[in-house]
Amino acid sequence: MQSFAYGNPATIQEALALLAAKWGEADVLAGGTDLISLMKEHLHTPKRVVNIKNIKELEGIQKTDAGIRIGALVTLDELAKNADVKAAAKSLSDAAAAIPSAQIRHMATVGGNLCQRPRCWYYRQGFGLLAMKDGKSMVPDGANQYHAIFGGGPAYFVSPSSLGAALVALGAKIKLVSAKGPREVPAASFFVAPQDETSREIALHPDEILTEIVIPAGAVRSATYEVRQREVLDWPLVTASVVLHMRGNVVASAKVVMGYVAPQPWDSAEAAKAIAGKAITAETAEAAGKAAVASAQPLSQNAYKVTLARVAVKRALLEAAKQKV
Amino acid sequence: MANTPDYSWPPMDARKIMGKPYKRLDGPQKAAGRAKYTSDLKMKDMLFAAYLTCPHAHARITSIDTGAAEKMNGVQAVLVIAEAGKELQWHGQEVAAVAATTEEVAREAILKIKVAYEVLPHFVNEADLAKAASRGKAAGEKVTGDPEKAIQDAEAVSDGVYGIPVITHCCLEPHGCVIQWQGDQVMAWPSTQFVTGWAGTLAPNLKVPAANIKVKMDYIGGGFGSKFSPGAWAEVGARLSQKAGGKPVKIFLDRASEQQIPGNRPSAFGKIKIAGKKDGTITAWQSDTWASGGFAGGGQPPLPYVYTNIPNTRLNHVSVSVNAGPSQAWRAPNNQQASYLTCSAIEDFAAKVGVDPMVVFDKNAGYTPRAEQYQYQLKKAAELSEWSKLWKPRGSQTGAVRRGLGIGVNAWGGAGHACEARTTINPDGSVLLEMGTQDLGTGTRTIMTQVAAETLGLQMGQIKLAIGDNSLPPGGASGGSTTVGGASSATRKSGINALAKLFEAAAPALSAQPEDLEAVDGTVRVKSDTKKSMSWVAACKKIGPGGKISETGANEQRNPMGLNSGGAAGVQVADVSVDTETGLVKINRYVAVQDCGLIINPRLAESQIYGAIIMGISTALFEERIMDNLTGRMMNSDMEFYKLAGIKDIGDIVVHLDIREVNDKRGVIGLGEPPAIGICAAVGNAVANAIGVRVPNMPMSPMHVLNTLEGRNA
Ligand SMILES: Cc1cc2nc3c(=O)[nH]c(=O)nc-3n(C[C@H](O)[C@H](O)[C@H](O)COP(=O)(O)OP(=O)(O)OC[C@H]3O[C@@H](n4cnc5c(N)ncnc54)[C@H](O)[C@@H]3O)c2cc1C
Ligand code: SF4
Repeated sequence: MQSFAYGNPATIQEALALLAAKWGEADVLAGGTDLISLMKEHLHTPKRVVNIKNIKELEGIQKTDAGIRIGALVTLDELAKNADVKAAAKSLSDAAAAIPSAQIRHMATVGGNLCQRPRCWYYRQGFGLLAMKDGKSMVPDGANQYHAIFGGGPAYFVSPSSLGAALVALGAKIKLVSAKGPREVPAASFFVAPQDETSREIALHPDEILTEIVIPAGAVRSATYEVRQREVLDWPLVTASVVLHMRGNVVASAKVVMGYVAPQPWDSAEAAKAIAGKAITAETAEAAGKAAVASAQPLSQNAYKVTLARVAVKRALLEAAKQKV
Repeated sequence: MANTPDYSWPPMDARKIMGKPYKRLDGPQKAAGRAKYTSDLKMKDMLFAAYLTCPHAHARITSIDTGAAEKMNGVQAVLVIAEAGKELQWHGQEVAAVAATTEEVAREAILKIKVAYEVLPHFVNEADLAKAASRGKAAGEKVTGDPEKAIQDAEAVSDGVYGIPVITHCCLEPHGCVIQWQGDQVMAWPSTQFVTGWAGTLAPNLKVPAANIKVKMDYIGGGFGSKFSPGAWAEVGARLSQKAGGKPVKIFLDRASEQQIPGNRPSAFGKIKIAGKKDGTITAWQSDTWASGGFAGGGQPPLPYVYTNIPNTRLNHVSVSVNAGPSQAWRAPNNQQASYLTCSAIEDFAAKVGVDPMVVFDKNAGYTPRAEQYQYQLKKAAELSEWSKLWKPRGSQTGAVRRGLGIGVNAWGGAGHACEARTTINPDGSVLLEMGTQDLGTGTRTIMTQVAAETLGLQMGQIKLAIGDNSLPPGGASGGSTTVGGASSATRKSGINALAKLFEAAAPALSAQPEDLEAVDGTVRVKSDTKKSMSWVAACKKIGPGGKISETGANEQRNPMGLNSGGAAGVQVADVSVDTETGLVKINRYVAVQDCGLIINPRLAESQIYGAIIMGISTALFEERIMDNLTGRMMNSDMEFYKLAGIKDIGDIVVHLDIREVNDKRGVIGLGEPPAIGICAAVGNAVANAIGVRVPNMPMSPMHVLNTLEGRNA
């Protein structure tokens, strides 16, 4: 790890003053469960580390008329255990509870979870976010069993946050602030597929802090289904988060978002369309799963993920259908 | 020899301390974090070493410049391991090392070493033999009987392709040591499976007499076959220490290097044909196998495994050299591969002829060296796994989640190694037992103490034990499941020898002949008239002030005197559920029937089997070294994508130790390795049984299972 200056601000304003206009100068430190590894591997070599854990304004979960506000410093454990979140957004609550391990859930924060860097092994071994060699990504012909099946490049890593798909499906808003003032982006446009090596995979600017997320109010059924190989310390192979607006027994409208299949949570309008106007049965859920992966483009080693995505969508829909709101 | 004392074990029903389930003596220390492993050691002026390793899979160093690193504040020694001109054969191979006052400085310093490489072509994946071309070396063909004719005449022939990948060692404590080289004296604290032999292996490299190398180790955080030799890092650490003016240097591999440098379990792939009769009788075996354990190629698994006497066989094997780290013994080297290839092929033959595999394994037991033993165990394993109730013919199930049962077999030696113990009895009655051995966590401390207490008629707390020091009487290498047999036998002999001396001192006071005495329940007494007795302490007083009894006893491999022997057998059954939509495999229950000899401590013996099964299930479901053809790197040299099982992934384990008197009479037999052998075999067979097709490649991951179910095994 490279030596760095350490800032310990108590307010958002103080913290913002320590950030810089360019990536690489300063890094925000929240739970540190990702940043420390990035620094140890020299993937991040900030001159300044800005600890935000003392900023009270970034804490807490509140239920308001507009919805549920979740502060950036809320830990994954708090998120998983919060009753309001459980009641209004089961898909998010379950996703948080499934992140391993108890130690990580107690340290890791919601803000850090959304801003964590991809786990792509080319990136983590220093080949860059797009793993380019001679103007071409190495991923399609390389070791790609855990990589993207949607998006078509040039980025093939998968978005690492398992909260991401749930937030996109719920239509959450993400609030950011810089010295110039606050702004709000829908979760769906917070995650982006970088087109070149110098861009980031999230809409956050280097001089900004993520302050909170807001889950819009409204009665929905939601579910997250995850395929994880191990019961311990493992990443999902694929997830699916769904949100259903029901009209009686029939789906009025739906959101179907898959995780770990693309550089961003992958919102499948095809799957949502397939289930709209129908009651959820094994057959309709299966059809929606098929629709969700109809345009998947697997790489040389990850065709199995297409099956996993189809099954995850089906099972998430069936689970959401069982829910009472 | 006329006067050979009777060293034999007390009869099963007369044992007071042996055979009892004592907990590990060092358990509380370990659980409380008080036990200091070598990697925990901190010493005054200790320096930390870090390695610079090769970023390419195959390259020649054209220049190396350590100037900037040497000038760094805190850097005390820099050692170039691979000079300009040296060809490096794998990603992660050692290039240079630095010793500095802190770990941080050492890690920063290695980044300042400038190395220029000429990158050369690499080859890293041996799974497809056709691509190996000139990198494969064929071993000579071996033929017995007339396999051609037997296959032609057979009523049924099954064909299969199977693969078990390279997996890496994952000791919790990585490889390394703390080492100090001052003048012609070396002091070392290694993490090793062979305390006694460590100095002798290192000495020629340092050109220091082995007698000048002192070795001490209290605890080791896992070995599993990977920590016999001092390793290159011991020499590197010693040279750094010498360069730094004789300060102690702590040199331990980091996790990535740990999975790349110190050795792995080689892969094995095979195309196997089994021919036989419709009733399941096997008549012929033909295998074309290939394997790799790194640049030096890979070993040949002994085939057909356990069923060694199949009459007509043809064996071909190719060893493939890849640009990857070397192999090392891994808990029963070559046996897991052999068991996987053999048991998979037998299960596939059983499915082909439509006979219950339990019947096929049993019917062909005549081909094994110990037919009755295996038949007994098959029956026991069937009973404990509820085979007759739960097993369904392959492919007969429907539904998303399907249950399957599968069999794996093992065979191992496990006779005691050569080693020597010394028992010292002091006039105050205190007892010291010494041997330069090591306790790998298996319970060596505990069983040696039990044997000594049993032999001397004392309680566990009355024996003081010293191990882990090369100035003590020689211990053996803890490998091949040889420690328990060796250490227990030598302890028994030195105890009996010491007692003989004590009896000589005490006999006059009891007006008896020394050979008429016995030591029981803290007394020394006359065998024929047990009322004539004195306390242990009173007897020891007769040694006389200033005197002591110190007697050695050695286990001789050629003549273990019935105290230990080799030859263990085991049968295991995996019971799994496979979600055919996601390819996820869960273990419901795992049954292990293991033959063993005399059991000194049933708790520790069972614990060996639990450990073996946990490790084996991890390999069967998760573990795999993933090599990237493009960069030539191991992509998962971490604990994140090199997946190890956690306790929730294991399912129920049912252990049946075969403690019948026939087995007790065979003396002590090592148990570390045999139960670890057949797990990939059993799990792979259970998966095939559940889903109706063979998943050829381990591990049983969603990727491999779905690729098979969806026809992508090209
Ligand atoms: C073994 C293992 C398994 C895991 N499995 C999962 C999983 O299944 N699903 C999953 O989602 N995650 C998983 N994780 C990742 C874990 O959830 C993240 O590391 C964690 O959420 C990051 O939060 P943190 O507060 O520790 O962030 P930090 O490490 O402090 O920060 C991470 C990044 O976010 C930036 N950052 C943090 N907070 C802010 C903010 N408020 N504003 C702007 N930038 C900010 C930091 O600068 C840094 O770049 C796993 C991690 C491990 C080690
Ligand atoms: S061994 Fe346990 S406590 Fe130690 S680093 Fe690993 S997970 Fe954490």
